[in-house]
Amino acid sequence: MSSKQAMSKRRLERCGLTVTGACVTLVAVLVVTLIVMVASHGLATFTADGIPLGDFLLGTTWNPHQADAAGNPTVGALPMICGSFAVTLLATAFALPIAVGSAIFVVEVAPGFGRRVFQPLVELLVGIPSVVFGLIGLTVVVAWTRGWAGGTGYGIFSGAVVLAVMVLPTITSLSIDAVAAVPMSYREGSYALGCTRWQTIWNVVLRSARPSLMTATILGMTRAFGESLAVQMVIGNSAQVPGSLFTPASTLTSILTMGMGNEAMGTVYSDALWSLALLLLGMSLVFILIIHLIGSKGVKAHA
Amino acid sequence: MHNDMSRRQFLGLAGGLAAVCGLGLVGCGGSGSSSAATTAAASTSAALSGSVTAVGSTALQPLVEAAAEQFMADNSGVQITVQGGGSGQGITQISQGAVQIGDSDVFAEEKLQDKSDASKLTDNKVAVVGMGPVVNKDVTVDDIALEDLKGIFCGTITNWNQVGGADEAITVINRASGSGTRATFESNVLKGTTVPDTFKPQEQDSSGTVAKMVAETPGAISYLAFSYYADTFKALKVGGVEAKAASVEDNTWTIWAYEHMYTAASPDAATQGFIDYMMGDEVQGSLVEQNGYIPVSGMKVSRDADGNVTTN
Repeated sequence: MSSKQAMSKRRLERCGLTVTGACVTLVAVLVVTLIVMVASHGLATFTADGIPLGDFLLGTTWNPHQADAAGNPTVGALPMICGSFAVTLLATAFALPIAVGSAIFVVEVAPGFGRRVFQPLVELLVGIPSVVFGLIGLTVVVAWTRGWAGGTGYGIFSGAVVLAVMVLPTITSLSIDAVAAVPMSYREGSYALGCTRWQTIWNVVLRSARPSLMTATILGMTRAFGESLAVQMVIGNSAQVPGSLFTPASTLTSILTMGMGNEAMGTVYSDALWSLALLLLGMSLVFILIIHLIGSKGVKAHA
Repeated sequence: MHNDMSRRQFLGLAGGLAAVCGLGLVGCGGSGSSSAATTAAASTSAALSGSVTAVGSTALQPLVEAAAEQFMADNSGVQITVQGGGSGQGITQISQGAVQIGDSDVFAEEKLQDKSDASKLTDNKVAVVGMGPVVNKDVTVDDIALEDLKGIFCGTITNWNQVGGADEAITVINRASGSGTRATFESNVLKGTTVPDTFKPQEQDSSGTVAKMVAETPGAISYLAFSYYADTFKALKVGGVEAKAASVEDNTWTIWAYEHMYTAASPDAATQGFIDYMMGDEVQGSLVEQNGYIPVSGMKVSRDADGNVTTN
């Protein structure tokens, strides 16, 4: 081997390191930039505009174009916070049993059909733009809800139904992976003890897949929490603390997307919208932390 | 050993760069500049070669796009980029000098925190847009008094039988707070009356969705620009006046607004050329009406930012 070759090899290594390093740096810079930008605008509501944090988080009236008795703009985010959580939890409650049931069917019952036909079919849903989901929700789900629940049909229930379909592919795919990752020896052990297939699935497979299933659920919830357009079209966007599942409500994202383009930068309203974005950022941070906590627990459990 | 070294080097480099960029951003964050503004500013550096960027009102976007296409066909040296983003964006970006044209449904004075900033801009009123109340087809009311319309959108009238219709609850669908259409509707219908905090109607921020919601929801009422009128819902008369362009021109139909294309006080040649083209017969005579707007030239009245109407 000549020294020339060794040189070029080393150069190749360095080149690869530089390229991948640059990519990572770029991503890191991008993330830091975004966080700093959202934070600097979002915090201006409290620092520059002098709105107390408590009023923002617990206030029930969102009407930044009008001032309250004390002369402060009314920017209470509680209705949207409640709306976002309600719609996310309900959508997850709808989607999770279906996703886990499908995962069990695909892995334990019909792996061939499941992997080749069913999973790609579910993943097709990811490719449908959210405006299409919103439109279907508007014409089908809202009318259906109005039919049996009365009222206008717009509300958290309709939003949750639409969202459940949207998060289904995420939760289903991850659940399939979670169930498939359970070592075959666990099942064999269970069968050797005389358990039936359903006893094995319930007591062994689902139990040991639980940390991964929870990760799947949280990822689905993160997606549901951040979805804006489809929910905006069916939830009614009325900034009131939801009293029932069938009255118009609003989410953080729906108020954010409706208002952002209409406001000039630097106004109180625009700052308040950035604060909503900061709140969403904080929530996704919490979701990610939970995933990491579950992940590290899961590793401990399997070790 | 070598591997360990380079990893440490690389992490140091990445961390250092991230910190520098982060700090730099904090530094300029205080000046109130946005990333949207910086990207737009980057694209304007090509202004010398005759490129024009128009940002803002989504309601005006189709008209500007159509006109820009024709203008570029005649002037191959000019590149016009038309973007939406909303009236607020249009006014922000033009007042920051980030773009050449800011499209808006409302006067800049109504959007800007510092009203005096508006005087640094040139207001080009390229068209007039008429709007009116629309209701679901099952509503039996055809004609509504302006005062009753105000009551509905303030939450004091909640059933159609209070305004001569059938016994049916009214579902109010508003546009988002800050939307140009809503601002126009409120300034011409509510006329400064504040809506009580307890009245929280539904909101939706796209005229297309509003049209669908009104068509689908029994007892629903909202408002739309004339160009969105369709057979799937019913347009109301207001005080006996029918919603049509001729009524807007002599101000018997009072719910209308200008479509503005704001430029800097002294725009470059390409921008001025495009504005002149927008105001010229070629656009005013055909495209404006094709897109559902009313030509400014036909207006028998003018209105200023404070809402004062004068006869031309």
